[in-house]
Amino acid sequence: MEPISCSVLVLGGGPGGYVCAIRAAQLGLDTVLVESGPLGGTCLNIGCIPSKALIHAAEEFHLARRFAAHSPLGIRAGEPSIDLKTTMAWKDGIVSRLRGGVYGLLRRASVKVVNGIGILRDGKTCVVDTDMGRQEIAAEHVVIATGSESVPLLGLPFGGPVVSSTEALAFGDIPERLVVVGGGYIGLELGTAYRKLGSEVTVIEAAERILPQYDAELTRRVMARLGKLGVDVLLNAKATGLDRSGATLRIERSDGHEQRLHADRILVTVGRRPRLGGFGIEELDLRMSGNAIEIDDQCRTSMRNVWAVGDVTGEPMLEHRAVAQGEMVAEIIAGEKRSFDKVAIPAVCFTDPEIATVGLSPDAARAAGYTIKTASFPFTANGRAMTLEAEDGFVRIVARADNHLVLGLQAVGQGVSELSAGFALALEMGARLEDIAATVHVHPTFGECIREAALLALGHGLHA
Amino acid sequence: MVERVITLPDVGEGVAEAEIVEVPVKVGDPVREGETLVSVMTDKATVEIPAPVEGRVAWIGPEIGQKVAVGSELVKLEVAGDAGAPKREVSARERPASTSSATRDASARAAVLPSGEEAVSQGHAPMRTPAPPSAPARPREAARTAPPASPAKPPDRPLAAPAVRAYARDAGVDLRFVIGTGPAGRILREDVDAYLATGARGAVSARGLARNTAVEEIKIIGLRRRIAERLQDTMRRIPHFSYVEEVDVTDLEALRADVNETRKSGRPRLTMLPFLMRAMVAALREHPGLNARFDDANDTLHRYGGVHIGIAVQTPNGLMVPVVQHAEALTIWDCASEVARLSEAARSGTAKREELTGSTITITSLGALGGIVSTPVINSPEVAIVGVNKIAMRPVWRGAAFEPRKIMNLSSSFDHRIVDGWDAAQFIQTLRALLEAPAKIFMEA
Repeated sequence: MEPISCSVLVLGGGPGGYVCAIRAAQLGLDTVLVESGPLGGTCLNIGCIPSKALIHAAEEFHLARRFAAHSPLGIRAGEPSIDLKTTMAWKDGIVSRLRGGVYGLLRRASVKVVNGIGILRDGKTCVVDTDMGRQEIAAEHVVIATGSESVPLLGLPFGGPVVSSTEALAFGDIPERLVVVGGGYIGLELGTAYRKLGSEVTVIEAAERILPQYDAELTRRVMARLGKLGVDVLLNAKATGLDRSGATLRIERSDGHEQRLHADRILVTVGRRPRLGGFGIEELDLRMSGNAIEIDDQCRTSMRNVWAVGDVTGEPMLEHRAVAQGEMVAEIIAGEKRSFDKVAIPAVCFTDPEIATVGLSPDAARAAGYTIKTASFPFTANGRAMTLEAEDGFVRIVARADNHLVLGLQAVGQGVSELSAGFALALEMGARLEDIAATVHVHPTFGECIREAALLALGHGLHA
Repeated sequence: MVERVITLPDVGEGVAEAEIVEVPVKVGDPVREGETLVSVMTDKATVEIPAPVEGRVAWIGPEIGQKVAVGSELVKLEVAGDAGAPKREVSARERPASTSSATRDASARAAVLPSGEEAVSQGHAPMRTPAPPSAPARPREAARTAPPASPAKPPDRPLAAPAVRAYARDAGVDLRFVIGTGPAGRILREDVDAYLATGARGAVSARGLARNTAVEEIKIIGLRRRIAERLQDTMRRIPHFSYVEEVDVTDLEALRADVNETRKSGRPRLTMLPFLMRAMVAALREHPGLNARFDDANDTLHRYGGVHIGIAVQTPNGLMVPVVQHAEALTIWDCASEVARLSEAARSGTAKREELTGSTITITSLGALGGIVSTPVINSPEVAIVGVNKIAMRPVWRGAAFEPRKIMNLSSSFDHRIVDGWDAAQFIQTLRALLEAPAKIFMEA
């Protein structure tokens, strides 16, 4: 095939890569995107989107079951059933609609998409084995956006009943007994969903609490809810392997105790790691930061005109970070002056209840040397929360004591993921407690709690 | 004592190494914070690497003239005091002053110097009134103003809304040196504007002499970019050679003065240019090979019957070359009025496209600024350009005595791929003969 020569070659069609490609093309750069799988990457195909679809379906089913038993709302319904194949087809429909959207956007922006695994020969050329033959691509700039992959657990390799989140999002039936190894957000989101769909679920976490990246004040609510839902959580426990039958998991507790758990399926979610293998990235000998490609505040790697965005650059592995990086890199290549100067990367767990965090937690702020004011406003004092039967949770605000600059906003509770936009805006704009307190928040909404928390921190709360 | 290693920062886009051009310090020298340790030169600029902290020079790595890669160790400093401070490398990411942009460099120096006399002697007035204590001040100020009991604070990121950050970045302003007047010291857009304005004023010192480290970044766009691209292309493709000859224009000037004095009303005043144009038409009749355009992509030379003379004109936007079409069919008066009309059109930007293209040979003249010699660049794809230098009264040996004569040089360039030196010389000599005996210009061939 005729070699292609272009300005920007993006390796990987996930959110970081495809956004970078669209933006580069918008800015008039001749752009080629190489992707071997479906466009949209982990997020769209086997991550955020399908998992949220499954969580919603599980939540709805769970609600119907509650109506069949007892509801304080006076609603009575018959015993529900679920056809998981239909659920999965609905979920797949959403994914394919979004994927089609990405194709359309790339086409409209005149990005050339090459299907196949791109292997970098050096920092300027890439060879792709496509269905039509070998395609050589030479580019002035290479953007590495190869994403991340699930980390397997030593002694518990993927295969048979041991699955990663990818397979767990496409089970053909609802497992009777599901063991989730790893109490991070991915494991808890899926574990909770399957619990609500009817599985017996046990979560095994090696640390002393679930969601170790989040502070205990937030995760305590999730832990309590898991208990209420009937999810067993084994803390300080390690999965060491399957016994010969293949259906029993050996678990070692920190006190040395061994335990065996029967399971139909074992979902291993012990983390994700940058995906570096098979793209010729090692040959470039880029400077690494741990197992991720090292980048500076402009996403430059140690090689000139080779850039990296998204999960391949390490934590936090979040879609919105990758998108922001991809967009920025395209603009820098086009000659604009940009740098990754975000105050905070918001993060959300779609657990039950949800957790939304932006900026510093009280402990992190103190550890960073700040003298702080912090306050939490509980949903039990919020009218909207009561009307939604969602009184479990709170909004917490962290601010500097001297000038009241907001350093962090966190919340736990039903639907608080939607509050994160306001949190992030407050931090990026450099809001002070007074700014939030002086902003009219709509009644009755959860959002009122943000203002009330700010008022509390200022020492004159109105409703608490 | 703590040792700090100063490495070569990434001094600018794509620069992988830099040459050491100056090392103003010696081992053992005490240095102040902000004092230059090493100057390096890249292919783009010379950058001074300042000391990040006060200390004593313990080791100097590279020698003057040596090329060092980004990240190489340059200087080690012994830093007194804070034994708790971790030994670490300092590079551009943390060292604001080590940047390729001298504007930022200047602001960085201003910021690291205490205000007052020292700052003035360096040519930088303090940027603004000091921040109120509540503002997130620069680390030094924070140390000065913070109550002693409060715990150590990490240096804060500048507090500014995303749009203000982008604005500052586009303006080349490092927000760490801008003092915010908004709540909690938030930097507002106006603060950036004020900083930019003060930065410009700051270059005036009490002595009246100050280093001006400002660098204005000007995007080369529009006509200037077109000119740049064309000239680059021309110089890359065409091997030029220049030929300079002096022409005695005493008689021509006398004729010109006479004609101008006696010309009919309504007729334009004649400059040297129309005479030269007519002379060129005549000379090209003998040397048609120079009235041509070379299509080098197709190895084809187009030799023209008509003489279309490009006239280089300085316009407010830059150089333009309107074309007097078919000069061979124009009288000297027509030539004069056509040149006047086209120059005006080019200057006012009303010249039509066809009036700016299609020349087969070009004249460039700076008039009284013409100097004595120039090396004009061919108006590609033509093969010759004739440059007119200034007319000067010179003593000329005329057989028996020196006589004052009006002498004008013609500096011409040729495309050596097409034009041999001999041909070029012949053409210029013909032109000279015509100009020295101007009556011949108007004789039938």
